[in-house]
Amino acid sequence: MAVVVVPGAAENNHVSDRETNGDDIIAEFVDVHRHYKMGDNLVRALNGVSMQVQRGDYVTIMGRSGSGKSTMLNLLGCLDRPTSGEYRVGGRDVSKLSDDDLSDVRGTEIGFIFQSFNLIPQLTVLENLEVPLFYQGKVGPESRKKAEYLADRVGLGQRLEHRPLELSGGQQQRVAIARALMNDPLFLLADEATGNLDSNTEAEILNLFDDLRAKDGITIVMVTHNPTVAVRADRTLWLKDGEVEKLVDNPVRQLATATSSLETESGTADNTATNGENA
Amino acid sequence: MIRDSWRIVRLGLKSLMLHKLRSTLTTAGILFGVASVIAMLAVGEGAKRDALERFQDMGVTNLIARSKKPAETQSSSSQSTWSALAYGLLYRDADLIAASLPGSEIARIREIKRPMMRGEYFHTSIVVATEPSFLEITNMAVREGRWLTDTDDRRLQNVCVLGETLARLLFPLENPMDQTVLVGGGDRFRVVGILKEQGRTAGAGSTPYDECMFVPMMTSRRRFGEEVTTRAGGSFSRERVELNEVKVKMPESNEVESGARILRDLIGTKLNDDVIVTVPLELLQQEEESKRMFNIVLAVIASISLLVGGIGIMNVMLATVTERTREIGIRRALGAKKKHIIQQFLVEAGVLSALGGIVGVIIGIILPTVITNVFEQRTDVMPQHVALAFGISAAVGVSFGIYPAWRAANMDPVEALRHE
Repeated sequence: MAVVVVPGAAENNHVSDRETNGDDIIAEFVDVHRHYKMGDNLVRALNGVSMQVQRGDYVTIMGRSGSGKSTMLNLLGCLDRPTSGEYRVGGRDVSKLSDDDLSDVRGTEIGFIFQSFNLIPQLTVLENLEVPLFYQGKVGPESRKKAEYLADRVGLGQRLEHRPLELSGGQQQRVAIARALMNDPLFLLADEATGNLDSNTEAEILNLFDDLRAKDGITIVMVTHNPTVAVRADRTLWLKDGEVEKLVDNPVRQLATATSSLETESGTADNTATNGENA
Repeated sequence: MIRDSWRIVRLGLKSLMLHKLRSTLTTAGILFGVASVIAMLAVGEGAKRDALERFQDMGVTNLIARSKKPAETQSSSSQSTWSALAYGLLYRDADLIAASLPGSEIARIREIKRPMMRGEYFHTSIVVATEPSFLEITNMAVREGRWLTDTDDRRLQNVCVLGETLARLLFPLENPMDQTVLVGGGDRFRVVGILKEQGRTAGAGSTPYDECMFVPMMTSRRRFGEEVTTRAGGSFSRERVELNEVKVKMPESNEVESGARILRDLIGTKLNDDVIVTVPLELLQQEEESKRMFNIVLAVIASISLLVGGIGIMNVMLATVTERTREIGIRRALGAKKKHIIQQFLVEAGVLSALGGIVGVIIGIILPTVITNVFEQRTDVMPQHVALAFGISAAVGVSFGIYPAWRAANMDPVEALRHE
């Protein structure tokens, strides 16, 4: 049975605000199915999922392995096409686009962040940052400026000429985050973004996400199986057997956001998340 | 656009640097292919030009009728003790040839082997008795002094013109001009001219003209006569030869073929059949024909080596694509279309073979010089051959890169990203 979930049904104030404005829905699944053939069996990896991501949202997707998380991630990232149903990115149905058009959607609308960072080892940090713009034909002095700005924004400073392997895991993930932001995407799509990091670094990266969201209004969709990471988001979408099990608003998050907005004014955003977790 | 292309090329270089040894070895495959193509073509070209010049020495518009000594039979050798063996072209044959080929120029040649002496310097060589027309027909030139004239001939002057080598052998220390050379027993010839060095193979029999002495025809008839007696192993043999050779220069190269036909028709009918006709132009054509086969064989061998190089590139590119599956996945996730991936790997294969090509060109240019020095085989490196070899190497790289690049581009991005 397909569960249709529209986030925040009326009880959440700021969600109902958005519903009045259709433009704010930047990613939307409408009854999405994804079936695979495995030998003679038909695997229903996703079985009628509907959901919406709104501008400025911070959503995590959770579920046990085999719940359809990865399939959902691939579909959200336009790396795959649904068997049926619609996937709208920025209001445009991309579920039936050609391979080239999907590449364009990935290159212009989506910022990927991976568990294993996925930087290209033979390129410098700067060159890695320029990869998404390269495929849009936009590499030039401006892209360099933007790369410098974003490197600074994610806290990398002057490491543009380093190779990825000369950086720590946390630094590599910062590069990856900066790279994901290079094309001004509609949303960041993170796949276990902190899965390969120790807990301190994980906290730093999660704080960076909070900061990006608070200051730059970045929308984040993160797939994870780690509950402590998941609760940092506004809401968590739980998948089970290819269907949406539940959509949960995270009270901790709301509290943290409240604290964060206070703390941000005093300029110590990094500590707020920790406070939030403690709260 | 240019900056983007450069970026792709640089990316290719960087990726190749990931496996320096492997890239170098693969490059070596193309390198040897290109170098061998250039070197082989240079050897072929050198041999071709060598042949061309050799036949041009003989004159491409020339026909050469040469007396052939008949094979000695038992009876003739016993007879030869008593009477001279007479064979070859006669004076009147030369007139007949001249009359049959109107518009042509002819030079009659008699060759006599004689010891030559100047003071303590001694050399046995060929005295070439000929006519003034000889110089132009053989396309030779005088370095010093003058050539033989009709007056010399008419007045039976004892004058001679020396080939460059002979002049050096007989006069190593002094200027030969107006000096005398003692020929045979007692004939003294005054040197009136020295020929420019020919450096050619054409000559009197196996003796190059550089080593010959040239004297007027009539003088030779008077001094040496037509009969030559040689002593060999205690027995005498006498030969009577009027002319050893008649050179004919046709006015145009397109008349050579018909002239050759007429000349050959004369042999066996109006001339004795102990005359051989040589047509340098025909030899040149035959030589070119055989060189063409030779060149085809060389080209096939060289192509095979390039093909092997190409297979090496394909092998490495397939390995690279497999190794860098994840990179392909990342690039696809970041917005690369299939064509971008194809482009990237094609450029990489192209860079790999172009590097081999460049080094191959350098070695290919050096190698013929080595061949020339070691094997004394003439070589000529032609710019178009270098361009051809390099072009083929680049084409090989790209065409053998197509399949690996296609495979890279058609990977499922999801699978590629999951690849460890």
